[in-house]
This record gives sequence, structure tokens and C-alpha cells, in this order.
Amino acid sequence: MNHLFEFLLRQGDNALVLGHRMSEWCGHGPALEEDIALANTALDLIGQTRLWLELAGDVEGKGRDADALAYLRDAYDFRNLLLLEVPNKDFGHSILRQFLFDAFQVPWLTELSQSDDERVAQIAAKSHKEALYHLDRSAETVIALGDGTQQSNQRMQIALDYLWPYSGEAFADDETDVAMQEQGIAPLPSDIKEIWHDRVNAVLEKAQLQQPASDFAHKGGRNGACHTEHLGHMLATMQILQRSYPDAVW
Amino acid sequence: MSKEWPLWEIFIRGQHGMSHRHVGSLHATDAEHAIKNARDVYTRRNEGVSIWVVEAEKITSSSPSDKGPMYDPARDKIYRHPSFYDIPDEVGKM
Repeated sequence: MNHLFEFLLRQGDNALVLGHRMSEWCGHGPALEEDIALANTALDLIGQTRLWLELAGDVEGKGRDADALAYLRDAYDFRNLLLLEVPNKDFGHSILRQFLFDAFQVPWLTELSQSDDERVAQIAAKSHKEALYHLDRSAETVIALGDGTQQSNQRMQIALDYLWPYSGEAFADDETDVAMQEQGIAPLPSDIKEIWHDRVNAVLEKAQLQQPASDFAHKGGRNGACHTEHLGHMLATMQILQRSYPDAVW
Repeated sequence: MSKEWPLWEIFIRGQHGMSHRHVGSLHATDAEHAIKNARDVYTRRNEGVSIWVVEAEKITSSSPSDKGPMYDPARDKIYRHPSFYDIPDEVGKM
């Protein structure tokens, strides 16, 4: 197995799948300002996707570019976290998902920007600035909604109870993670679990939300073993143009 | 209580700008939120290096009906313009 390729797909697919989910909000945001902010976040993530998947294609060496990897792979070849592919529900649900990911991404990209692989370090450093802003925004919105009205608090708690079992997958090290650590490319994801936990806890506390007690984690996204039924539907929408009109260009 | 977020006026200083300019307005829950919204609404294309936000209702403005007494008297007093001096190049931008 080409572990570096796997690793790069995970980075790119996380950004791509969440970017697409956030782009689904375009035109549906609860306020014009939030709508534009969500679209900006989506575009940042799609931009990061391009960098990761471009590099993944180079590393694979089979002539696939970022577009081929994004639009011509099927669900079982995706390597994103399950957390990122579950469908949007209400705005609070999407913002909470964004926050849980941002709180992971900021320390993760901080570490990756020190990678021994110069290319990984560069992409991480660029993405890190965007992630910092995303985290700032998502954390404040989670607090505002959680510590808002009774109704907004309830809806955020429902979202947290739903998303929590999907949040542990990010820290489940496997052989690709070990290979990346040995090559000095990335730390083990489990190394940043504590930082993530502290940050998430601090925000949930301010947001008056109860962290679910169970540590059970749905897995199977980042290794491609078992995605949820939602990813295929999402890809059908995302990929339809390239699938229907192969190699179509503007 | 109104469900609508309050209106904020947004001022942005551009890359080479000397001062903040009014660029428009938006809705936000508080000042920090207004800064973030302004960042997303008005600086997407690298327009700014600094943002000021002011709650619209905090701005006191002159009344349009006072235009005559407010501004007309200054019209014919051209000696108030410093246009009768040559400004040396060394002074730079005025």
C-alpha cells in the first residue's frame, strides 16, 4: 500500500466532502451574512482539496489529477471521516460539525506544517490560516446558539448527541498513520486528541451543552472500509456533470 | 424584542488606503460578529487590512432638509481653499 497516497487522500477528501456539504448551504443560510460566510468556508475547503489531491495524484504517479480524484472515484475509494459526510440538518448541526472538525484541523495542521515533507508542510501552512478563522467563527457560533434560547440550546444538544459518536474516528491510528509518523511526515492523530478534547470541552461548557458520556466511535471512513449510505448520494450530486459529460470543460 | 439583528455600518481601510472608507452595511448580533461578517462580506477579494464597525443607530447624521443653511454659506468663500499657494513637492501628499 502507498501510505503517503492514502494519507494525502485523507487530507484531501476531508476537505472535499466537508466543503461540498457546506456548499449545500449556498442560498439557504439563515441570514445573508451567514450564507456568504458559509460559502467562503466551503470555497476555502475546496481550495485546500485541490492542493492535497493534486499532490496525491503526483505521488500516485498514475496520471490522475485533482479533478480525476475528486470526480471520478466512487464512494468506497473516499477516505474522509464519516463525521463530514453525514447530511446537513439544521444550521446549528452544520456549524457544530464544522466546529468539531475545525478544532481537530487547527492543531493537526499546526503539526503538519512542521512535516519533513516540504510539500505537505507548505499545504498545511496555507490551510492553517484558513482553519484558524473557521474555528474562530464556528466556535463563537456554537457558543451563541448553545447559550442562546431554550430552543436553540435544545437543537444544539440534539446535534451534539447525533454527531458525537462520529467525532472519535479522527483519532483512531492505523498502519498508514504509523507509517507517516515513522517517515516524519505527520504525527499520530491520537497525539492531538487531548488538545482537541480540551478545546471542545471549553467551548461546549460555554455553550451550555452536555458532552455525551459514551466514547463509542463510528469508524470506516478514513480507511474506506465502510462509509455511511449518505456519501454515495452526495457524490451522485457532486459528480453528475463529469459522470454525464466526461471531460466536459467550461 | 425585534428578531432582526441590528444594522452595522462597515468601514474598511484598503491595502494602500490612508483612511477607513464606508463600504456598506450588514446585520450582526454584536460588534465582534459584525467584524467577522464584514470580513466575509466585504474583504473576500483582498480589499482590506483593517475593519471598523459602528452600530447604525449610534450614528447621528445631519438632516437633508438643513442642506441650505448647513452648506450653502461656504460656497462663495473661495478664499478658504488653499488654492492660492504653490505646494512644494517635498511636502508630499496633502
